[in-house]
Amino acid sequence: MSEAYIHTEELCFSYVDADGRSENRALNGISVDIQKGEYVAVLGHNGSGKSTFAKLLNLILEPTSGRLVIDGVEMTGRELSDEEVLQLRRKVGMVFQNPDNQLVATIVEEDVAFGPENLGVPHPELRERVDGALSAVDMTDFAQHEPHRLSGGQKQRVAIAGIIAMMPECIIFDESTAMLDPIGRKEVLDAIRMLNRERGITVLNITHYMNEAAMADRILVISDGRLLMDGTPDEIFARRDELQEAGLEVPQCAALIHRLREAGIPIEGDRISTVEGCADMIVDYFQKRA
Amino acid sequence: MNKIELEHVSYVYGPGTPFEKKALDDVTLGIRAGCITGVIGHTGSGKSTMMQLLNGLSAPTDGRVLLDGYDINGTPEQLFDQLRDLPEFRGLSRRALKKAVKAEIIKRRRALCFRVGLVMQYPEYQLFEESVSRDIAFGPQNMGLDEEEIKARVLEAAKFTGISPELLEKSPFDLSGGQKRRVALAGVIAMRPEVLVLDEPAAGLDPQGRDFIFEGISRYQKETGTTVLIVSHSMEDMARYCDDMIVMANGRLLMQGGCKEVFARISELSKVGLDIPQITQLIALLRERGLEIPADIYTVEDAVAAVRRALEGRKEERA
Amino acid sequence: MKGVAFGQYYAAESPIHRLDPRAKVIMAILYIVCTFLCKNLAGFIALVASALLLTLFSKIPLRLILRSLRPILVIIIFTSIINVFMTRGEVLLTPESWKIKIYAEGLWNALFMILRISILIIGTGIFLTYTTTPIALTDALEYLLSPLKVFKAPVHDFAMMMTIALRFIPTLTEETEKIMNAQKARGADFTTGSLIKRAKALIPILIPLFVSAFNRAFDLASAMECRCYHGGKGRTRLNVLHYRAVDFVAMMLVVAFGVGLFFLNRYGFGYTLS
Repeated sequence: MSEAYIHTEELCFSYVDADGRSENRALNGISVDIQKGEYVAVLGHNGSGKSTFAKLLNLILEPTSGRLVIDGVEMTGRELSDEEVLQLRRKVGMVFQNPDNQLVATIVEEDVAFGPENLGVPHPELRERVDGALSAVDMTDFAQHEPHRLSGGQKQRVAIAGIIAMMPECIIFDESTAMLDPIGRKEVLDAIRMLNRERGITVLNITHYMNEAAMADRILVISDGRLLMDGTPDEIFARRDELQEAGLEVPQCAALIHRLREAGIPIEGDRISTVEGCADMIVDYFQKRA
Repeated sequence: MNKIELEHVSYVYGPGTPFEKKALDDVTLGIRAGCITGVIGHTGSGKSTMMQLLNGLSAPTDGRVLLDGYDINGTPEQLFDQLRDLPEFRGLSRRALKKAVKAEIIKRRRALCFRVGLVMQYPEYQLFEESVSRDIAFGPQNMGLDEEEIKARVLEAAKFTGISPELLEKSPFDLSGGQKRRVALAGVIAMRPEVLVLDEPAAGLDPQGRDFIFEGISRYQKETGTTVLIVSHSMEDMARYCDDMIVMANGRLLMQGGCKEVFARISELSKVGLDIPQITQLIALLRERGLEIPADIYTVEDAVAAVRRALEGRKEERA
Repeated sequence: MKGVAFGQYYAAESPIHRLDPRAKVIMAILYIVCTFLCKNLAGFIALVASALLLTLFSKIPLRLILRSLRPILVIIIFTSIINVFMTRGEVLLTPESWKIKIYAEGLWNALFMILRISILIIGTGIFLTYTTTPIALTDALEYLLSPLKVFKAPVHDFAMMMTIALRFIPTLTEETEKIMNAQKARGADFTTGSLIKRAKALIPILIPLFVSAFNRAFDLASAMECRCYHGGKGRTRLNVLHYRAVDFVAMMLVVAFGVGLFFLNRYGFGYTLS
């Protein structure tokens, strides 16, 4: 029995084409352990299989083969009862890419209540949860608004509140910032960080934005359905060439350090995932030379 | 020479309703011919509204939009003096001339969307034909071109946007997100517009998809000399591909000029909440900590050169 | 397009707006019964007076209420013509060249029919569409129809469908506009040409719209599953409807009005419908 919150072994998934014969392997054996309270970014280019991986974790898609254990509960290799599936989805919530396509109700607070309503949460706890979730994402003032009048970032925060109200232990963000402008993206990323740091919620952020991945504790890089890299942002950004092969590129600051080293300027240090870290490294080098 | 000029342009959404909103407020600017101009600003800064004014999809509430000096929303009275001297109108009687001018204006208004090609946000939603080539051909067909010409244009547009020939006969709905985006772009390029306007052409794409789109646009611009306008949130992309920049905030023009000039006023940009390129932030940090590096750096290439120069400067000092 | 999309709801703070939507549905039904109870002039005078009173109470502009009659104008005219010419009785007018005679009864019948249909529409408008948001109406119907669940009627599913439809109407309206603009930017022309040509011009709009609607539906289904949706079983609700005393008073008033009309029928005055 492993200690990890999410444990996968050789997890595979194949899409079956419309004709029912040819199979399309989207995920090709992923083995990974994610601990409770971790903030993990899952990086990969479009079509790398990163979204498929996310959808397997709360059984929106069913693994073709391999093993999946969540919070000590075996999710593969046996028939799951409806109750077990509901419990899993309550524990592992998911926020999707398109903010418009995940809001169900015509009033913000009723949408936030949708999850707990489905779980049969009674009054007055239901009301407390909804109000608490809205204030957690700073959307209390919009409780009575219509979702379609909100900005993208606000809609996405409502979607997050809808998940928080289910009291999850883990939230998966499936490219939840891809359709947002910089302000909306910042709003959502701030909310994600708060949930992880202050509430101890395990976070998986599926993304192709490197700057976003840099905020995580750990990065998984998926390419062609396989786990290509696993490490801290500093470790991952140090492997620029491999990232490039996987269709990704390092942020500008990391790129600068790489380019300087190539030009024969041996800047020391490994904190290349943050602007401050890069600045420190360059300043150190200048001081050493002086 | 300016290809497009906006003179005191304002635009109000839903005038007289509870949702009335001033999207553009007295904007005056010019866009140089044959250049790539970047337009940046927040959602709600008025930049997308401005794009829709350029090809006549909407008309400004106030002010004039000029394309090659011609007011695209002008009335026959306003445009009469400008059009009466056209060679084909020579020798017409006053009455016939009036009629001809009116017809000419209608003709030009109809052709406007072919002269100013607009690629909207998430344009892959506009695909509808059964094959990629037919979808690209939709615009040219509406122009009334003959089959031969349409075919040539489809192939040309596909080449610029990196759509391989075997994709042309596929259904656009079977393509990946990045490929769909390129097909939508090809559909506008195939009209061979004099001005190409793109609203967030790389939104939601991964680094590869984004590079593909921008490289395609850049290649097309170089080879054809088209005037290009790109709306984007990403200053990093703007810095890489644009010659000129326009910065919008709250429906007003905040800055306009060459890329270097605009980036030189970077503190003002961050004040209106725009994201500054990471590399520029790094340079600012290094300057704070006493390194002698110029402030106006916004691409990795420039940064590499600047850091090397700073190092060499130190060496010389020591020597 | 937007007018249709958002229904006729007129936002205002009025006693009728504040009533429980279930009470309003019941009152609307009772009021319809009232319009059919009316048989004589006295009754119709009372009915018209009640409609004016309701309008006053609902704070909805009179011109807006009269506008709601426009779609059924044809029906009103048609029924009144039939009544004028089909009813026999005391001859009022017989133009020499005409084959048809006009009777006083015919005119009365026509007048009463016009009043009955108009007030029926106005009444349901005031109780339901003008003062109740579509979503509140959906809620009310789900409550009122819930006894049918015993017979396995999919009451919850129906209400959920309505909710989702209402949620997505503005989104899809916006999307239609966006797609239209995108195709216009490629030179599509929706306004000129023959009927067939114009119908054909809609294809570039309809196909992307359908594709997008299907994609949205798939996304939404996944999102709902992720949020533990499994039908109406065991669901609780955030906002539960509560009857208040004023709701019962209002319903009793309509009932009392009905009883009053019943007696006016018997002991009232004026021309009586046969």
